[in-house]
Amino acid sequence: MAKKIKKIKRINVNADLCNGCRMCEIMCAAFHATPQFSIVNPARSRIQIIRDPLKDIWLPVFAGEYTPAECSGRIGYTIDNKTYDECSFCRAVCPSRGRFIEPDSGLPLGCDMCQSDPTLKVPTCVDWCIRDVLTYEEREVEVEEDEAQVKLDEMKVGLAALANRYGLDEVRTAVARMSRDE
Amino acid sequence: MRYSETGVNLEIDLETGNIERVRTDPELMHTLLGGLGTCVKILWDRTGPDTKPFDPENPLIISTGTLTGTPAFSSNRTIVCTISPKTNLLAYPMGGGFFAPELKYAGYDKIIFSNKSPGWVYIWIHNDHVEIRDAGHLLGTGAIEAQDLIREELNEPNAQVAAIGTAGELKSLIATVEMGRGSASRLGAAAVMGDKKIKAIAVRGTKDINLYDGPAFVEHLREMRAFVEHRNANRLSNKYIMTIHTGVGSPQAMEIVEEKWHTTAFAWGNARYRRKDFWTDEIEEAWTKIQYGAIQRFISCYACPQQCGALIWHEDDPPYMAKCFSKLSYLFGAEVEDQHFTWKILSKAFRYGVDSFSTPQVLAFAVELRRDGILSEEEFAGTDAYPPCPPPEDKEGVFLWLLDRIGRGEGIGRVLALGTKAASEMIGKGAEAYAHNLTKGEEQMIIKLGMLDPLYFLMFGTNEKQSVPQIEGNWPQDAFKEYEDRVEWVKDWIHVPHERFKQYFLDWNPKSREGGENMNPHYPTPKIASDIVDWMEEAHNYDDSLGLCCGMGGFCLKPAYHVHNYYKFVSAATGMDVDEFQLRKIIHRSRNLHRAFNLRRGMTRADDKPPADHWRHRFPELEEELLTTYYNFKGWNDDGVPTRLRLEELDLGYVADELEQLGILKKVNPPTREEIKKWEDHRTETWGY
Repeated sequence: MAKKIKKIKRINVNADLCNGCRMCEIMCAAFHATPQFSIVNPARSRIQIIRDPLKDIWLPVFAGEYTPAECSGRIGYTIDNKTYDECSFCRAVCPSRGRFIEPDSGLPLGCDMCQSDPTLKVPTCVDWCIRDVLTYEEREVEVEEDEAQVKLDEMKVGLAALANRYGLDEVRTAVARMSRDE
Repeated sequence: MRYSETGVNLEIDLETGNIERVRTDPELMHTLLGGLGTCVKILWDRTGPDTKPFDPENPLIISTGTLTGTPAFSSNRTIVCTISPKTNLLAYPMGGGFFAPELKYAGYDKIIFSNKSPGWVYIWIHNDHVEIRDAGHLLGTGAIEAQDLIREELNEPNAQVAAIGTAGELKSLIATVEMGRGSASRLGAAAVMGDKKIKAIAVRGTKDINLYDGPAFVEHLREMRAFVEHRNANRLSNKYIMTIHTGVGSPQAMEIVEEKWHTTAFAWGNARYRRKDFWTDEIEEAWTKIQYGAIQRFISCYACPQQCGALIWHEDDPPYMAKCFSKLSYLFGAEVEDQHFTWKILSKAFRYGVDSFSTPQVLAFAVELRRDGILSEEEFAGTDAYPPCPPPEDKEGVFLWLLDRIGRGEGIGRVLALGTKAASEMIGKGAEAYAHNLTKGEEQMIIKLGMLDPLYFLMFGTNEKQSVPQIEGNWPQDAFKEYEDRVEWVKDWIHVPHERFKQYFLDWNPKSREGGENMNPHYPTPKIASDIVDWMEEAHNYDDSLGLCCGMGGFCLKPAYHVHNYYKFVSAATGMDVDEFQLRKIIHRSRNLHRAFNLRRGMTRADDKPPADHWRHRFPELEEELLTTYYNFKGWNDDGVPTRLRLEELDLGYVADELEQLGILKKVNPPTREEIKKWEDHRTETWGY
């Protein structure tokens, strides 16, 4: 089996150092605005600080995957005598709460570590956290290349190219005809 | 499209329950910016010289600033603006934290309350949804508790809440509006909130703020960040400067334990005496243990890279957030050395919602009146509702007992809650003499020194906030002894408006018993002192209109924000095409309108003075010369009233008309061509416009 190098991006969050200034929220939202930096609105941020000041809880959480259904049960955590809300650590864009949802469109927000062109050295939130709560690292790991997955990926690329060239309708029609003939 | 502001005010008539979203005139941003600038305009337009603080017509404005909610560092100030029931002049206490940005994201530059609610209410603002809700069940709750109760009730953990405690409910003139991390404390604005029966305002906002030129804005911010990081890594030398002032941001009173300057120079008790030997190694060691034991975490306000605040978990005291001078003010007032006392009493004080600046003085004032029999022991006796006051030797116990009476409106507390001026008038029997630390009815900084200081004479006398940290800051408090140290200081002093300020500093000698040239009280000279004080006041005025924490601007040595970069942020955020001189003119416009407002309420030159006992050595003639020179320097006549010439060039001709009609601005012959030229030359030379 062939091997390939996979790059893993990681943001380390030292929640003990967070002092709640929310610069990460502000700059994340502004970075992702179109045009860039034209809008400031922390509700659009892919990173949000869960705050309960008097209980000494400041927890930066990042938008993750969208889920169509909430969890069937809840898990609460007590760490070092601090009790965190049952959904605090969860990254999901979930119907049970309004977190990580674009305020006007209702579409889910997802953190992609600031994929951009040109590429940033570090994600925006890491860049603007002056207190080093957020630090960024990349590491490379060797993974088995999954042949079936590769072939599937190649096929998808080919389909996309065809759709681009001939239009999706044409491709759809062709596939439908092929299925009927089968 | 509005940039940096929302362009909408929320007008709430508490009597009828009418709520309106009102679009503001876009021109106002170009003439008065926002924040304090536009608040003053609203107060000018909607009140008259006879409007009393507790009249329904006295508006209560909760305001953001022009840059609030942008990524500008420390753009988080909430301004509470109204007519002060304590001074009868403009009240505009400000608090940090997170409230104003949230209000802006909800879509509002200001909330303007008029009239009074028939019953206790709190306001819930969630973007376009605005509700007046019953607050009867919240009466009697602390300002801190109320915030959490409201968040729970609304099921909005991310709502920001501004609340008054029981002191505000009782219309105490030393009451505050608490906003979690920030507190709008001075001048009794919270009493107006209580008078209108508003227990709290809760807000949650998820709307956009537009930046005109985002990329340019972020470039300016990167530059500022580099400066802040440089200053964080390279504190100023504390050879001549208070250690807590060697950084950038508000004084780092939570991070730093060493308070030699304050504790040995400032006045203990009821602002009476110095303790020159106070700061010892034992005290430093003891306070270090206690302070770091009490601080659970250092915290910031919205968009601020510094962390001058602290979350306090002290022994069994309910938790709260604190910063700055409140670490010391109760110790000073009570004449207590044990720092545990501070953390204990602040937990109660912030819940009652009282001003850490005035309250210790009010308590110390009561202690003196008891000592001298002006308040009889009867006033300190127990009742069914509360125990007797501890004996005088139990200084901590006495202070806690008095604070409880004020916070709960019981017994003598009802009188003391009015502040030292009004309390002394009610008590009589010579109590007025004990209310000795006042300017215009507001308690002043607890400092009583020997020699007149011309800069502080002007600042204590004329600052419109009656709170000296709201006008001082950019100029070192003492001259540097060694000339080489002065040369070193001015090397990177980019913040001065003009090179001439560096020369003023180089020429300034510290005071000495042997006397000499260029020292207090004759140097800075009246002309130079005017220039310096005018600069310091101006820096604060930018902060107050833009919604910036003065710890990053006006109240900081070599700060992040200064006259050479305010305009950059304003331009990039708002799209206004202004350079530093044009922006200065806008700031001067609002400052003069502010002066006119207070004059219209009856303030006169006779009020522009520090407390009589502020220094042992006074120089009445020099003081008159200082004041007159300062007035004329600013374009005011000898009465301290802006001249028609000055007002008209600031497009405030209508203000001149009204002041003349009221007999406040003396009608004089129109200025001659020479006089006009003389003024314009001075203005251009001094301010560049």
